[in-house]
Amino acid sequence: MSKNYFVTGATLSNGSKKDLYIADGKIAGFENPSNSKAVVIDAEGKIILPGLVDLHTHLREPGKEDSETVLSASRAAAKGGFTALSAMPNTSPVADTAGVVEQVRRLGIEAGLCDVFPIGAVTKNLDGHELSEIGAMADSAAHVRIFSDDGHCVSNPQVMRRALEYVKKFNGVIAQHAQDPDLTIDAQMNEGIISSVLGLKGWPAVAEEAIIARDVLLADHVQSRLHICHVTTAGGVEIIRWAKARGINVTAEVTPHHLLLTDDMATSYDPVFKVNPPLRTEKDVHALREALAEGVIDIVATDHAPHPAENKECEWQQAAFGMLGLETALSIITQTMVETGLLDWNGVAQRISRTPARIGGYTDQGSDFLVGEMANLTVIDPRASWRVDRDLVASRSRNTPFHGMELPGVITETFYKGVPTLLQGQLLMEKNS
Amino acid sequence: MKHLLSINDLSEPEAIAILDTAAELARVSDAPMKKLPTLRGRTIVNLFAEDSTRTRISFEAAAKRLSADVINFSAKGSSVSKGESLKDTAQTLQAMGADAVIIRHQASGAAHRLATSKWMSGTVINAGDGTHEHPSQALLDAYTLRKHLMQGAKNLKGLHIAIVGDILHSRVARSNVLLLSKLGATVSVVAPPTLLPVGIESWNANISYDFDELIPNVDAIMMLRVQSERMNELYFPNAREYSRYFGLNSDRVKRMKKDSIIMHPGPMNRGLEITADVADSARSVIVEQVSNGVSVRMAILYTLLTGEGIESGALA
Repeated sequence: MSKNYFVTGATLSNGSKKDLYIADGKIAGFENPSNSKAVVIDAEGKIILPGLVDLHTHLREPGKEDSETVLSASRAAAKGGFTALSAMPNTSPVADTAGVVEQVRRLGIEAGLCDVFPIGAVTKNLDGHELSEIGAMADSAAHVRIFSDDGHCVSNPQVMRRALEYVKKFNGVIAQHAQDPDLTIDAQMNEGIISSVLGLKGWPAVAEEAIIARDVLLADHVQSRLHICHVTTAGGVEIIRWAKARGINVTAEVTPHHLLLTDDMATSYDPVFKVNPPLRTEKDVHALREALAEGVIDIVATDHAPHPAENKECEWQQAAFGMLGLETALSIITQTMVETGLLDWNGVAQRISRTPARIGGYTDQGSDFLVGEMANLTVIDPRASWRVDRDLVASRSRNTPFHGMELPGVITETFYKGVPTLLQGQLLMEKNS
Repeated sequence: MKHLLSINDLSEPEAIAILDTAAELARVSDAPMKKLPTLRGRTIVNLFAEDSTRTRISFEAAAKRLSADVINFSAKGSSVSKGESLKDTAQTLQAMGADAVIIRHQASGAAHRLATSKWMSGTVINAGDGTHEHPSQALLDAYTLRKHLMQGAKNLKGLHIAIVGDILHSRVARSNVLLLSKLGATVSVVAPPTLLPVGIESWNANISYDFDELIPNVDAIMMLRVQSERMNELYFPNAREYSRYFGLNSDRVKRMKKDSIIMHPGPMNRGLEITADVADSARSVIVEQVSNGVSVRMAILYTLLTGEGIESGALA
């Protein structure tokens, strides 16, 4: 029989100061029963959030286990306060069949540290031409609802239209990586003043904005659901704002790194700052923060992208795109959104738990702190800070752009289905302890 | 100054000191016995990951005239996609005891990576990295301009120089805009709008699409190589049209200022950006740029590896 827990002294993210009694995996009440043998966790001064939900994670398994595995990503998730991940399909083999998504789902259950929800590929082998077995993946044991060719844009408008239409059958959503491929051949970084000086090939903002504009119009035309992955530009924000005002069914995400870092970091030529879509300008960073505060951008998603050392210890042009995100996401949000006064903790809970859970249809995630709900919860000490050390990450890779930074907000506990995966800041290795 | 990665590594006095040192060292090149013992026992590696005959032999001649041991490491094709990584190459050179590595590489920033990654401890000299910079070329161009146009002045104040052609992909243009403006010259970059980078408004240069308008006003015209494959990437319709608007031909040369000069970093596409008669004309200093290149690269090696320059007149 599993242990029960009593978390005392914390403030819930909705502002109410309540103790939580966790029993049998559920939120069981707000008082410690008199004969309780619950483990008492003193969370005085801390904040309890619904467990974080990532809608955009690269777990690399199957096929790229030198970078990450479902288990190592799950451990990074627990450390970062996440109780649910969404596995992008650009694995090897690509998650474009029921077999692969069921394998990823099963690996997540075996790891047992968080929910792992597979995202299915929109097109076969991410080739952009032929629809993958979307229906079979939706009907599979993995119950896939989000489809994406992330890493690649579904650039053919007819393919995008058909995909948007097809997923209406089961209320699915297409998550678009908005990048016009013809405008970004060999692109290395944001196109602008810095790229002109560094001699690195530019990735213009318009390559993102043009696809967002096209796709919100397509979603409107076929009355389907569209999600825009990793928005990076002020112009992209404006188009999404316009689309939402028109009632188009579009949601959007921003990554923690695009809320903090800017393209001038490429001046070091250190590929740890190489990411796709690229880091943009200060103006974009501010537009993204404002949009997230307003709700024009609905959620934060990590785009956690582990890479082995050799793919980053090289020339910028040769290096892989992507950076780690799971273990630093909540601290980056704390720094960029909470400490700036743009969001309160309830706003944070909406943007990194409840809304992503709703978009993905993850019913046991995004807790409202109601009795009877699955106890997927995260405890953060907002007064404490920590220094990021790439040698101490739980991820199998070390490509964090935040190495050496002092960040606010220390996550002390993560509860997944009522069981701590992180307790007093320590990862609990064994599942269902 | 340990490395030379970008013109930004040099202050104006440091740049002038290199030009002065080069002027002194030019006497060595003119002497019957073309050698100084300065770098005896030092090992200099020419790490050329990209084809370049003239820059490599220029650095090799410079190092040898200073009595250094020179190792040529032609790594063409090895660091891109397959084969040995830049990191492994650097660690190999470190293990062999290289005091300085002169690197030419197709990736922008490769010299920075070598200098800042802790893979090796020696001096790094950027001999051209992708479409980023080519500082030794800019220094030899400044040296050539000063020698021809400045009558003994140390800097380039008052000069107006046009750099014409594929600015977007040119490391020569990037280094020259930085250096010539640092030395007091006015720089105009001239190209079709497709061959100017987005963000160029931040550069210390005037921007022009009209070569003909500029010609009578400039003291030097620096032509850049235009690669024919740019046509397939839609930067301009065809070679004929490019030449018509941006090529330097004898009609345009006739409209140049008295005593103004014509430069080209080479290798030239005769008939595309410059006609053969112009390349070989009296105003052309293109061949002299090559010989000045050896003196300037001697000065760069001398300055970086001994930590000092040579004062004017010291070798007289």
